[in-house]
Amino acid sequence: MAARAAAGGREWRLALPLAAFFLAFFVAPLGVLVAWSFYDSAELRALTLAQYARFLGDRFTLGILWDTLTLGAKATLVCLVFGYPLAWLALRLPPRWQAALVFLVILPILTSVVVRTFAWIVMLGSQGVINQALAAIGLVDRPLRLLYTEVGVVMVLAQVQMPLMVLPIMATLARVDPNLSDASSSLGAGAWRTFWKVTVPLSLPGVVAGCILVYAACVTAFVTQTLIGGARLIYMPLYIYQQATGANNWPFAAAMSVVFMIAVLAVVYLLNLVGRAARGAYA
Amino acid sequence: MPPGAPAAMGHSLKLEAITHRFGEFVAVRDIDLDIAAGELVALLGPSGCGKSTLLRIVSGFLAQSAGRVLFDGEPVDHLPPNRRGVGIVFQNYALFPHMTVAENVAYGLHARGTPRQAVRARVDEMLELVHMSALADRLPRQLSGGQQQRIALARCLAVQPKILLLDEPFGALDKNLRLDMQIEVKRLQRASGVTAIMVTHDQEEALSMADRIAVMNHGVIEQVSPPTEVYDRPSSLFVSQFVGTTNVLPGRVATCDGARADVTLADGTRIACEATVRAAVGEDVLVSVRPERLALRGAPGDGAIPATVKVVLPLGPVVVYEAETQAGQPMKISAPREGGARLLEPGARVYVAPAAPDAARLFRPAASRAGSSGTRAAS
Ligand SMILES: Nc1ncnc2c1ncn2[C@@H]1O[C@H](COP(=O)(O)OP(=O)(O)OP(=O)(O)O)[C@@H](O)[C@H]1O
Ligand SMILES: [Mg+2]
Repeated sequence: MAARAAAGGREWRLALPLAAFFLAFFVAPLGVLVAWSFYDSAELRALTLAQYARFLGDRFTLGILWDTLTLGAKATLVCLVFGYPLAWLALRLPPRWQAALVFLVILPILTSVVVRTFAWIVMLGSQGVINQALAAIGLVDRPLRLLYTEVGVVMVLAQVQMPLMVLPIMATLARVDPNLSDASSSLGAGAWRTFWKVTVPLSLPGVVAGCILVYAACVTAFVTQTLIGGARLIYMPLYIYQQATGANNWPFAAAMSVVFMIAVLAVVYLLNLVGRAARGAYA
Repeated sequence: MPPGAPAAMGHSLKLEAITHRFGEFVAVRDIDLDIAAGELVALLGPSGCGKSTLLRIVSGFLAQSAGRVLFDGEPVDHLPPNRRGVGIVFQNYALFPHMTVAENVAYGLHARGTPRQAVRARVDEMLELVHMSALADRLPRQLSGGQQQRIALARCLAVQPKILLLDEPFGALDKNLRLDMQIEVKRLQRASGVTAIMVTHDQEEALSMADRIAVMNHGVIEQVSPPTEVYDRPSSLFVSQFVGTTNVLPGRVATCDGARADVTLADGTRIACEATVRAAVGEDVLVSVRPERLALRGAPGDGAIPATVKVVLPLGPVVVYEAETQAGQPMKISAPREGGARLLEPGARVYVAPAAPDAARLFRPAASRAGSSGTRAAS
């Protein structure tokens, strides 16, 4: 007994390697980043708030931050609108079809970012598959501009991050007692009412989790934003990258990173509050 | 409608030749059942015999492979569940976890587009009926099992269903609460005058609550009768064994004149039986006698079976003797325990005889019974 209790008291040591890893490769670089954001120039001579003042006083950079945050919101919304029905449908399919659908949804995760982004470039181009298809069925007579537009970026981000939305929603939907929808319809509610009054509220925790994951992934999706957005559309990750490596202005890049991080965390926190409020009602 | 007063006359339910197959497997076979308005019928049967399947067909969640469901003589097979007017109380209650007690009860009324004012009045009335007015603002998870069940009932009855279905409504309750809720449900069913089917595999529950009991086995209804009749005059060996306990004694028909038969048991004694089937002389049959319908005698006599007492179980008001005949056949006999009277000792020689001419009933062995259903054995 005593030996076991002693061993139990020392179990925290198992977490040491992970803690060390975290400290060395996450907390320390983050600390360096924050520290650099307070320097006045790349030579790191004096401490100042000048970088923050420059960021917050510059309409161009603030515009980029706003574009990035709204890009994430739009992509998340598209993911939700397509992902929720997909998750709902998947749970009603026979097991074999369900497995096939889930596999299709997670397929983007299994391919390289660069490969699937170039595939999208082929799809979205003015002679691409989408435009040819639209022209063939007569919906458009001139090719739509999709590549290097925000619409294109949102489409690609939504497709790529879809599994992050579908899987959490499926997990919560699967836990909803099927008797509840039977109870609802035996009480006289139609399918639509049952869906909105019972199914949706009970799956909100999954929706919130999915939105947080997708949002965080979309605003930081450097490769997709850059390759699909092209040179004209600039989002925070690319801008930070340009400032750091191109302009060699590390302190400014660091300050932008910090502001960007805080902005994203604020959005995630808000989403979490929504989730908490929804869950608080019945968890 | 004031609480406690009977609602508008209940609705009658008729099942006509209902059969349901899951693939090759016949879950419910050729079921005919007539339930009068305001009646409470218990569906009693072992696990997997098709009780829930039958309820799902009545409620419209499952379309039967063949047959018709009629409410008040009108077929309802084309109506989806939300337009059938069937209320269901699920075994796990299925209360909406994100809504308060009052919102749960109001749900069906809102779905029917009842005006707000009327909804509030009706919810108050229903909560009063189930003695839950004080807890209107609680969430289901803040209620005990019995309270949740009352709300499930109130939610159902609020929309005045034509038919009330209860699928093992007491399964999740402990024994004391069970009894309270059985009385409560019976009271509410009477008060609202709603026609009800209650599924159970607890025979005591069926015997105590139902106006009639339908005993199911392997997808067929073996008997539909008032509780006392199911117990006293079971129409099949299965019913006699499933409802209450009984002694099953193998024997051979000596004489048979339609309603009565004499059967020679393994040890050579003859026993007079009610014949539920027309048995041929010389046929191997089974005789079923309930323990309390056997009498112990001290001396041999007409039709008495010699036996030796093996075990004596004084169970409060009755004493149960386990005895063995000379052919090695075990038998249970239960007798009222009179105060002061001495019990028999193990090893005592006794003579066992049916207490009345209709105590023993003759059945054919189950295996040779024609038309038995269920291609797979029930668990
Ligand atoms: N969806 C289904 N597919 C295939 N077989 C089914 C299905 N639903 C039920 N069954 C089978 O039909 C039979 C009757 O099932 P049912 O649920 O009606 O039993 P039950 O009498 O309610 O049993 P219990 O007392 O355990 O609830 C069972 O043998 C079951 O395996
Ligand atoms: Mg069942």
